[in-house]
Amino acid sequence: MGSRAPKLLHGNGNRSPINKQSTSSAYHYSSNCNPTNQVLRNLPAYVNIVEVGPRDGLQNEKEIVPTAVKVQLIKMLVSSGLNVVEATSFVSPKWVPQLADAKDVMDAIRNVQGARFPVLTPNLKGFEAAISAGAKEVAIFASASESFSKSNINCSIEDSLARFTDVASAAKELSVPVRGYISCVVGCPVEGTVPPSKVAYVAKQLFDMGCSEISLGDTIGVGTPGTVIPMLENVMNVVPLDKLAVHFHDTYGQALSNILTSLQMGISTVDSSVSGLGGCPYAKGASGNVATEDVVYMLNGLGIQTNVDLEKLMLAGGFICKHLKRPPSSKTAVALSSKKANSKL
Amino acid sequence: MSSLEEPLGFDKLPSMNTIDRIQRFSVGACRPKADDMGMGNCWIDGRSCNTSNSCDEDHEEFTGETFPWRRHVRDVSEGEAFNPRATSLSKNRVKLGHVCKSRNWPDQQYSSKRNDRGIRDITNKLLKGIPKFVKIVEVGPRDGLQNEKNIVPTSVKVELIRRLVSSGLSVVEATSFVSPKWVPQLADAKDVMKAVCDLADARLPVLTPNLKVAGAKEVAVFASASESFSKSNINCSIEESLVRYRAVCVAAKEHSIPVRGYVSCVVGCPVEGAIPPSKVAFVAKELYNMGCFEISLGDTIGVGTPGTVVPMLEAVMAVVPAEKLAVHFHDTYGQSLSNILISLQMGISIVDSSVAGLGGCPYAKGASGNVATEDVVYMLNGLGVKTNIDLAKLMLAGDFISDHLGRQSGSKTAVALCRVTTESSKI
Repeated sequence: MGSRAPKLLHGNGNRSPINKQSTSSAYHYSSNCNPTNQVLRNLPAYVNIVEVGPRDGLQNEKEIVPTAVKVQLIKMLVSSGLNVVEATSFVSPKWVPQLADAKDVMDAIRNVQGARFPVLTPNLKGFEAAISAGAKEVAIFASASESFSKSNINCSIEDSLARFTDVASAAKELSVPVRGYISCVVGCPVEGTVPPSKVAYVAKQLFDMGCSEISLGDTIGVGTPGTVIPMLENVMNVVPLDKLAVHFHDTYGQALSNILTSLQMGISTVDSSVSGLGGCPYAKGASGNVATEDVVYMLNGLGIQTNVDLEKLMLAGGFICKHLKRPPSSKTAVALSSKKANSKL
Repeated sequence: MSSLEEPLGFDKLPSMNTIDRIQRFSVGACRPKADDMGMGNCWIDGRSCNTSNSCDEDHEEFTGETFPWRRHVRDVSEGEAFNPRATSLSKNRVKLGHVCKSRNWPDQQYSSKRNDRGIRDITNKLLKGIPKFVKIVEVGPRDGLQNEKNIVPTSVKVELIRRLVSSGLSVVEATSFVSPKWVPQLADAKDVMKAVCDLADARLPVLTPNLKVAGAKEVAVFASASESFSKSNINCSIEESLVRYRAVCVAAKEHSIPVRGYVSCVVGCPVEGAIPPSKVAFVAKELYNMGCFEISLGDTIGVGTPGTVVPMLEAVMAVVPAEKLAVHFHDTYGQSLSNILISLQMGISIVDSSVAGLGGCPYAKGASGNVATEDVVYMLNGLGVKTNIDLAKLMLAGDFISDHLGRQSGSKTAVALCRVTTESSKI
């Protein structure tokens, strides 16, 4: 389990120059040059996208989304080629009523092939519930900020790590992979800047307790390459590169440039949310998750394989946005839908 | 990734004012007890509801600054940013400048598991080429407003320009002397220029497709790298437009008026699709040779990504010096900031942008167009690149025009910081 080792490219340009996975060449402007320029030289040949829309995206929605809609969304995401889709979360429905139907969602996707469905489990009880519901992969979440840890999950970082060690041990016994999330990796709504050494410390703890992948989250979206680079440097000193993922929020519009920087540093797993589902709880009205469509568009343009079909992904986004009765928070989706609409005239 | 433990979003919190919200994020804030599904008790930690806020010794640090966003807003407005050049890149020691609060954190020294030099080489390459100073060319009043359906009064345009200049922007594209038949929004060009002629702190270039240079201290000409787009947009071939612009340059030179050249469709054209970098280089070189002091390369329909931007820049930089080049990315597909970043890494040091992201894309209805100046400045601040722009004042200019237009700013930074400052101002 876990991500495959990123293949680094060399100057002679092993990467396929023309985007192969798109169905319509009209949508894609891909690199038609050998990437000999040093700014593009070390990019991975393949990036794995971890789709967090159904969980991280939907959990903040005011109106309860029916189970059937969630399940259909997950199925459409899988059919676009996404091979990791965070399906739901086994936290208390009192806190996250949107995901009270976790068990039903897991039931309904039990036979869906072609993707892994990690679920969030904040503690051992949540883990046990997830396993009985059929989960084959779980996720835990720590913070690089003491204040945020205390305000968000009401315990210190150390206490949370102790709790997660229990989950990780139980998971190991059942050969269930565990994904570790770290929040506030470049900034915290309470503390402000977060030192990279702290992020590295938490990352190492999660890695040592057996996490197969560690997702580094810029929870409030304040990061820029100037803060992302030292954070990644520090973490890469203590955790192997192929175990790392980046989870940027687009609250300040910085997500794609942060993702690009991360790719340049060799990161090859990116979290994103279809149609940018999932607002930022710390700045009302501001955006949150980066949109999967926008990420795929950039990766396509870079000639990086994702195995994701952008058109089918847009169908999934269109589906959920229609239900939520609002336009996608993905500029790519808006632009391409408009283009499609105009071409029919 | 959001909090999983609490109802997220301020609107979910019953009747909470700002102070309550701040306390919510501080330790000791009130929490209900274990839920009835028996899954919640472990995160409650048995701590009972306590509003005294004195149960945690760390709380002292929080009260010192009641609203953390103040720090952030102050930082960005004063241009304080993490400057990578100021850091020590040695393992595990990174100075973050003054904003880093030193904590009583156990000194974690890790033995290196990988090639530190390898990582450092990569990061050096990523940061080394980035210029220390970037000039931002603000195109909001012209490129931004020209597509607005409702005519913006001259006084509003003038006030916008004034506010932009006062934020520190040294170049603000004021208006355009095109025919009012084509661009009715800018029919008041003469009046605008008259009203801003006293602004000494900034250059105020004016777009002109022909020889109408009256009153302008600087002009701009507009060519295309795509033949089809040239014909459909300015009704003549690329060659014909270049002939015209050579005449403009000659006339401008006689009056010692600098000319800025724009090249549109530098990575893609709505008619032709992909544009060969060599075409862009050809047009850029022509503009440079005829005397343009600066050439702005425009991704008119916003389709570019670093994969297409890099070869385009390579081709152009082979024939025009880098310091004469500017990039003008549209954010139609959300790609502009990453394109700007890659351009900086290639050595470009001039970026066009539009306050509040003014200016939609005429080729994809409802889609966005220009990249927002606030978002660009935010990124440059974070990179430690100087711009001389005060982000807070820039946001005021953006708020002003967004209020007039009756819609939310197209800048995510502005929206995020505005929400934050709105909250903090309630204290």
